[in-house]
Amino acid sequence: MRKDTFKVANQILRSRLIVGTGKYKSFKETAKAVIASGADMVTVAVRRINILDKKKPLLTDFLNPKKIKYLPNTAGCFNSEEALRTLRLAREMGGWKMVKLEVLGDKKTLYPDMIETLKATKVLVKEGFKVLVYCSDDPVLAKELEYLGASAIMPLASPIGSGLGIQNKMNLSIIIENSKVPIIVDAGIGTASDATIAMEMGCDAVLVNSAVANAKNPVLMAESFKNSVISGRQAFLAGRMKKLSYADASSTSKGLI
Amino acid sequence: MAKIQLNGRKLELKNKYSIFTLLKKYKLESKKIAVELNGKIINSSKYRAVFVKDRDKIEIVHFIGGG
Repeated sequence: MRKDTFKVANQILRSRLIVGTGKYKSFKETAKAVIASGADMVTVAVRRINILDKKKPLLTDFLNPKKIKYLPNTAGCFNSEEALRTLRLAREMGGWKMVKLEVLGDKKTLYPDMIETLKATKVLVKEGFKVLVYCSDDPVLAKELEYLGASAIMPLASPIGSGLGIQNKMNLSIIIENSKVPIIVDAGIGTASDATIAMEMGCDAVLVNSAVANAKNPVLMAESFKNSVISGRQAFLAGRMKKLSYADASSTSKGLI
Repeated sequence: MAKIQLNGRKLELKNKYSIFTLLKKYKLESKKIAVELNGKIINSSKYRAVFVKDRDKIEIVHFIGGG
């Protein structure tokens, strides 16, 4: 497993688990969970700073961007213009070219607006960004994103924050089979086994936020995800046995007394 | 005196401010932030050279937790 590195947009990552940094009780808890997860990349959002509270702690005080890669997202953006503005500011802030694009289309389901997503991907690629794209689990649209130059495709497992796990395994397996760029399952992972299933199916990585942050013990859940992703990846590389319709005894009948 | 809008709040500045001195006023000069002035991103190398004018709209953003 040592040499099984994950490469996205020419960046080598040690872990195939990417974690979000939202919804935690405190920055301290965020930092502890990130460390326990073993992730070397985290997603972050871009927001107005509270200018009135000069002493308010900042995320960067707890998670050093020099040690953990920041993947800025466009959460909360409902059109391509908002998303582009956000990511240009993110690039200015840290010089990051690798970003996560997500353009939402519906407030209730937070399903992506794929028309705006495709539009924004095109512009970002042209501007030199390395774009990891949150998208619907539609194999045709996933392929289109690849043609447009996306660095990774991030199909949803189920709605953001729902914890419902992978709802359409068939679509996901078609996307994995057809893609030449990494597939990172994003959104809807509910517990460790969901991540294992995604990895066993051949996904390159998994992105998890709510499942860790909303767990009773987020730090322990982060560690559980670390193991589940490794486990799923190992199972994928090992190649599972064929499913049979009937039993096949494990103990030979030869020499039976 | 300049009446500006900073992160959506109306603000009156009595003295002359550059972006840099404005950031210093809020103790943000060494923080990981980005500045947008009237919809255009200001590169950090220009913070001392760009001055705040009347009716400017300024946005200062940073990274927060997100998924």
